[in-house]
Amino acid sequence: MRLPPFQRLIDNHAAELHRFLVASVGVVDAEDCLQDTFLSALRAYPRLRHGDNLRAWLYTIAQRKATDAVRAHQRHRATDLDGVAEDRLASPPHRSADDELWTSVRGLPAKQRAALVHRFVFDLAYRDVGERMGISEEAARQNVSAGLRRLRMEVDR
Amino acid sequence: MTTDLEHQLRNAPAAELDRGALAAALAKRAGKASLLDVAFAEIDSPIGELIVFVTPRGLLRVKYADEPIEGVLAEVATRVSPRILRAPSRTDEARRQLEGYFGLRRRTFSLPIDWSLVHGFAAGVLRQTARIPFGDVRSYGQVAAKAGSPRAARAAGNALGSNPIPIVVPCHRVLHADGGLGGYSGGLDRKRYLLALEGSLPVR
Repeated sequence: MRLPPFQRLIDNHAAELHRFLVASVGVVDAEDCLQDTFLSALRAYPRLRHGDNLRAWLYTIAQRKATDAVRAHQRHRATDLDGVAEDRLASPPHRSADDELWTSVRGLPAKQRAALVHRFVFDLAYRDVGERMGISEEAARQNVSAGLRRLRMEVDR
Repeated sequence: MTTDLEHQLRNAPAAELDRGALAAALAKRAGKASLLDVAFAEIDSPIGELIVFVTPRGLLRVKYADEPIEGVLAEVATRVSPRILRAPSRTDEARRQLEGYFGLRRRTFSLPIDWSLVHGFAAGVLRQTARIPFGDVRSYGQVAAKAGSPRAARAAGNALGSNPIPIVVPCHRVLHADGGLGGYSGGLDRKRYLLALEGSLPVR
């Protein structure tokens, strides 16, 4: 069983995973999520049975970390009584229509959020979206269209 | 409307990745969680860039510049662990001692050694070699004898030629019985340099 030295996973994929996480959870949380992603990967690494498609494996972990971060924020918001202070913490200094959109993206189911980021932020064909997510091309297409539908509903509201 | 939304998504906010900060944070957190099995880093020296590999047990490998890094990384990943990170903070002590050695401020290394990459007779030869003091030399036959096989000078030569930890395990201090330099995995120029540094280059 041959696995590449873990450092090469970082060298080759840190930049794209960072971009994926910035789009998924925002700039502030992306840094921690990226560290958590690599740390979880490092923990599981020697137990991997093969070294095929390590990139999709990393994206799966990153997607999970993004979901954890989104949930943590939602919990925080739900239990926070003083909404003013919370708002100041969670929101970027300027709150534009763009920010609203990305907040909605964050609220999507994990697979839809990941599929949208791969499809539009990385500008990938559905086949490649599927490959990075470890799902079929058809499933990738469905996740993207379901995500778009949901976003459009939220933005129009 | 659709295109508008897609357009917005395509223009996602971007941010620069701080690779240095990521590397430092990962090394720290991985070390704390006992997930950093092998750390490596580059070290400058008068005989070219060295890359040292360190495990929690000690110094595992010292690589000269002409050895391809990918081959060494693959060997370490397969034989020791694939949990390998570039982590200069973990190799600080090795760097400090090597710099002291090249600056003639240090004659003995006090670094724990991780012998994971050597086995059998070679391990015995290298452990004996590790005891040859600064400024001293031995013959291949002498080292073989110390390792328990007085007639295995050639096998000792092979073991020394594949020394994974040159300089610190001073295989450069082993010469032919007649004073000839013998071989060196890092090239004879480096062997000559190290012997001259220690004042023990044979005059022939």
